[in-house]
Parts: sequence; C-alpha cells; structure tokens
Amino acid sequence: MAFEGLAERLQSTMKKITGKGKVSEQDVKEMTREVRLALLEADVNFKVVKDLIKRIKERAVGQEVMESLTPGQQVIKVVKEELSDLMGGEQSKIAVADRPPTVIMMAGLQGAGKTTTSGKLANHLRKKHNRSPLLVAADVYRPAAIDQLETVGQQLDVPVFSKGTDANPVDIARDALEQAKEEHHDYVIIDTAGRLHVDGDLMAELEQIKAVVDPDEIFLVVDAMTGQDAVNVAESFNEQLELSGVVLTKLDGDTRGGAALSIKAVTGKPIKFAGMGEKLDQLEPFRPESMASRILGMGDVLSLIDKA
Amino acid sequence: EKTRQSFSVKLNDLIARYRKVDEDFFEELEEVLIAADVGVNTVMDLVDELKMEVKRQNIKDTKEIKDVISEKLVEIYYGDDDEEVEKLNIQEDELSVILVVGVNGVGKTTSIGKLAHQLKQEGKSVMLAAGDTFRAGAIEQLDVWGGRAGVDVIKQGEGSDPAAVIFDGIKAAKSRNADVLICDTAGRLQNKVNLMNELAKVNRVIEREVPGAPHEVLLVLDATTGQNAMSQAKTFSDATDVSGIVLTKLDGTAKGGIVLAIRNELQIPVKFAGLGEGIEDLQAFDAHAFVYGLFADLLEEDAE
Ligand SMILES: Nc1nc2c(ncn2[C@@H]2O[C@H](COP(=O)(O)OP(=O)(O)OP(=O)(O)O)[C@@H](O)[C@H]2O)c(=O)[nH]1
Ligand SMILES: Nc1nc2c(ncn2[C@@H]2O[C@H](COP(=O)(O)OP(=O)(O)OP(=O)(O)O)[C@@H](O)[C@H]2O)c(=O)[nH]1
Ligand SMILES: [Mg+2]
Ligand SMILES: [Mg+2]
Repeated sequence: MAFEGLAERLQSTMKKITGKGKVSEQDVKEMTREVRLALLEADVNFKVVKDLIKRIKERAVGQEVMESLTPGQQVIKVVKEELSDLMGGEQSKIAVADRPPTVIMMAGLQGAGKTTTSGKLANHLRKKHNRSPLLVAADVYRPAAIDQLETVGQQLDVPVFSKGTDANPVDIARDALEQAKEEHHDYVIIDTAGRLHVDGDLMAELEQIKAVVDPDEIFLVVDAMTGQDAVNVAESFNEQLELSGVVLTKLDGDTRGGAALSIKAVTGKPIKFAGMGEKLDQLEPFRPESMASRILGMGDVLSLIDKA
Repeated sequence: EKTRQSFSVKLNDLIARYRKVDEDFFEELEEVLIAADVGVNTVMDLVDELKMEVKRQNIKDTKEIKDVISEKLVEIYYGDDDEEVEKLNIQEDELSVILVVGVNGVGKTTSIGKLAHQLKQEGKSVMLAAGDTFRAGAIEQLDVWGGRAGVDVIKQGEGSDPAAVIFDGIKAAKSRNADVLICDTAGRLQNKVNLMNELAKVNRVIEREVPGAPHEVLLVLDATTGQNAMSQAKTFSDATDVSGIVLTKLDGTAKGGIVLAIRNELQIPVKFAGLGEGIEDLQAFDAHAFVYGLFADLLEEDAE
C-alpha cells in the first residue's frame, strides 16, 4: 500500500476551508474523518482511534484560527499533541536494582524478537553502561533456541547460562540467578520462549519465573508490524505479569507502527527501546515524538507546525 | 469447530441481532472487520457498496441484506476464480522446488518443517535446503525440523552464500531423485533493497537449474501482522513470483484479515494455515472457515 501521508490527504479537505476565522464543526468532522482513516491504516486499534477522535473533536471545534496556521494545520497540531500525550513524553531508562544483579525478564509472542533483543540489551548494557550481563537461555521449546542465544552470546562475548532443553525454565531462571550472584554479574537477562497470551500453561510458567527471580524489569517485546490484536496481547501480558516496559522491534521496516499507540493506550507502560535491525548494535531508545509523526506519516509537516 | 454451520447461517446469527439496517448496523460491521485486520480500504469499499445496494434495493430488514454481505465477502476473497486453486503445485515425475520467503520471525522455518512432514506422509521424498545462513541458530533450527520430519537437510556454514546453498540443495535433490526440495530463506524486511535483490538472485538460480521451477513461492505471513502485510505481499511478489501464502499463528487471537485484501488486489491465494508450533499444526486453508472466524468474536458475544 503506497501510504499517502495524512498531510497530503488533508490538503484537499483543507482547500475548502481556508480563509475562515474559526474552525467549524463541519470542518473538524471532515478532517477527523481523514485522521481516523490514517490512524486505522497505521494499525492503531479502532477503539483507541475512537477515543482519540472524540477528544480531538472536542478540542478542535471552535478554536480561533491562528494567523500562521491554516485550519487544517491547526487540526493536525491538535492531533499531534494528543498523540504525543498518549505516547508519553518521558524517555525511560533501564532499572538498577538496589542490590545487584538487576534482573530483566523478556516476554512476548512467538517471533517478536525476544532472543535478538536480549542480545542487544546485553550489548547495550556492557558498551554504554560498562556492565557485566549474564544471558539466560530459558526457552526450552523452540528448536535450536538455545543454540541461537549461545551464538549471540559468542558474537558479543557475553556468557550464556543454559541447562539444555530437559530442564524446567523456572529452575533455569533460579539457578542462573544464583550463578550470577556468585560470578558478580550485575545484570541477568532471561530469554523466554515465545507464547500466546491465551496459552494458560505457558503464561503460568512466566508467572512462576517471575515469582522465583523477582525481576526488576519485565519487558514485553512486540513486533512493530502488529495489527489490531496488539491491544489484546499487551493487555493480557500486562494483566498476568505486570510489565515494566515494552520494546518495539523491527522498526527498521516500512510499517507505520500504530501498535505502539495501542499498547501505550491500553497498558500505560512506557515503550523503552526500539529495535532497528537484526544486528546486535541496532537498538535505540524509543522516541515517542517521532513515533507520533511516523504513525501519521508526516514528519515534515509536523516540524513546520512546531516552528509556527 | 464442532458444528460446521454454513457461512450464511453464521452471518445470519450476526445479522439477526439487528432488526433494521441503520448506521449502527454498518458501524458495527465496519468495526468487526477492521478489528480483524481486514484492509481498511477494503472495509470502507465494502461498506459503501453495501450501503448503495441497500438504497438501490430499498432494503429495510437486515435479513435481506445478509445475502448481499456474504456474497460480497466471498466475492472479495475469490474474485472470479474457482474455489479450488489452493492446491500445492507438485510435479508428478520430476523434482518440484518450493521457495519459502517472508519477513523476520513470521514462521518460515517452522512451516517448512510442518510441510515437509505433510508431504512425506503423502509418500513424497522431501529434502530441505538451509538457505538462511544469516540468523543465529537458523541452520540448527532447520536441522531439528529435518530430524523431526525425517528428511535430509542440505546446509553449509553460517555466513555462506544462500544462492550457493540452494544450488547445492538442487544438485543433491536431483542426484537423490527427490520429489520435493523446500528452500528456507532468511527473514528480510521488504524495504531492504539489498536483501530483496539477494532473494531475486536465489530465485534466478532455481529458475536456471530446474526448468519450470520454482513451482511454488510461498510467502509466509504472520496473522498478527496488520496493514503492513499488503506491502510485504507486493514487494515480495516483485522480487519473486509469489504463488501462495502461508498464514501462520492463527491459533492466537489475531484474525489475519488482511489476506482478504491481498487476495482481492494481488490475486494471491492463501494455501496453508499455521495453527500452532507442533509438526501437525499446518492445514489446508479453508476460506469459508476463515471468513466465519472474522466474525467469531461478535458471535461469541452474542451467545453470552
Ligand atoms: N529487521 C529486524 N529484524 C529483527 C529485529 N529484532 C529481531 N529481528 C529478527 O526477527 C526474527 C525473530 O527474532 P527472534 O529474536 O528469534 O525472536 P523471538 O521472539 O526470540 O522468537 P521466538 O523465540 O521464536 O518466540 C529474527 O529473524 C531476528 O533477526 C529488528 O529490530 N529488526
Ligand atoms: N503459535 C504459533 N507459533 C508459530 C506458528 N508458526 C511458527 N510459530 C513460532 O513462531 C516463531 C518463529 O518461527 P520461525 O519458523 O523461526 O520463523 P521464521 O520466519 O523462520 O523466522 P526467521 O528465520 O528468524 O525470519 C517460533 O517460535 C515458532 O515456533 C504458528 O502457526 N502458531
Ligand atoms: Mg527466542
Ligand atoms: Mg527461519
């Protein structure tokens, strides 16, 4: 789908209403229709879109048109402010436990990017923060999951704790924590198997791991290409595990990434990192502002408005 | 599903909730389809068409519109095609090559394991080629699946040229008189031009080495993916001649509705559905069951 930016789509709508003193209800209605479509095309959950459009309408109707902005731009400005608010302004850091090691637990659907992100986090902690992480291979289900993490560990020269595929993930996590204490690692990153949020047994397993290692961070790893289902996934994982944050992966693709907005809206949890490629140094802090622009497909227009 | 109600019966359930065809009715229909990730444009077009039809035929009662909706949805999926094009193109007495492609983590390697098992059960001799030489542990993963399915895996070391591995695979498959060779490839996002070129090269090697091959290029799509799946389908079709889709992870709560739009716009049929991580969890795609599934939540709510 060749995405038309929201800006272009609004142009024709805007032409009809330039030169007005006030943004009328009809103007807003026509423009929010385009905004709604843009958000849905970006995979923002339809319920989240509904709430958002309601708020935008309330705010936009009856506003005085500023000299420097057309009514259309003004609506965009409101949209952007609402989106940015929703995405959350603050940029988050990784927790540090009072007494090391700090335990990070990774969770998410199959194929989301947990194992890769575990490696990236280990790399990040060591390079940027001069820490000594231990990676833990707690996925005993996926074929060659342990090989994968061990290869990643080798590439980074970071140790990987594993007990093979016959061990129980809960025991693996417990023993890994013991070893980390003995060997004075200050971070423990537990890679878990991908699982469906509706898989009762496997979700219970995560709860058990959590109970045993008492993590300082529980990250939900989410594929940025996720569609409407992102809310169900994030809501379930959050209810069952009480997440501390989210990592959005595969943002190096051409997806709009509306899932980011959906997840933030339903969980309120910060998106802390963005995966920007398959390589282990391709992890970036998440930037809520630029995500809002990306979802709308309109970076340039927004920066113009910022200057206005 | 225990009771295989017909498509129209299910739709009937949905529509029975409304006595009148009004804005609410259309709004809910629209929401159900959007929530299932059916392409936004497809949904809007469908609802517009329905509204027009309702006006034209002066329909007031939801019962009457039922037929129109089911007709339209099935029409969107099938177009003018016969319903029976979803079969895998396997040659009778010569080697068939299947190339499996898609973005990262969608389920390519797993689906290959399942498919190898299925074909072997049907009495075919199957071989696999480990064309993902990039991702950590990818070769080992395919190897495990080869072991589970009881088929040979042709591989080279990590970091070797994928086209060379596939070339090797073809040579081995020919010399061992295999019926089917299934080629795994590394996951790649469709906007990575270099990686898409690499895929086109792999495709050319297959074309050159086996006349009429690849007999199938299967694009694996994750049902959890939203609108981006359309862009995946388009770009992968440019690099290779995608002949069918494997829609994975349908055992979750995502519906994968975007395949309706993909079928409608690009005429690519879904051939298989992935329904779990086990070796048996691959089924021939059933379009009717799929379309029921789009409405499942609504029907469940209704039953409560
Ligand atoms: N382009 C891109 N690919 C990524 C990114 N993160 C992960 N991947 C790829 O996505 C695929 C799946 O990644 P994994 O780390 O194996 O995912 P996982 O969640 O551990 O998967 P399971 O353990 O099977 O549930 C691999 O091909 C990774 O290379 C990213 O940020 N960008
Ligand atoms: N629930 C469920 N999980 C699946 C299905 N198909 C694959 N998976 C899981 O999804 C994850 C990724 O599968 P892979 O087969 O490694 O995917 P891939 O496309 O080969 O990944 P890359 O090679 O890294 O691009 C694994 O954890 C699989 O077990 C399915 O139909 N249902
Ligand atoms: Mg993993
Ligand atoms: Mg693979």
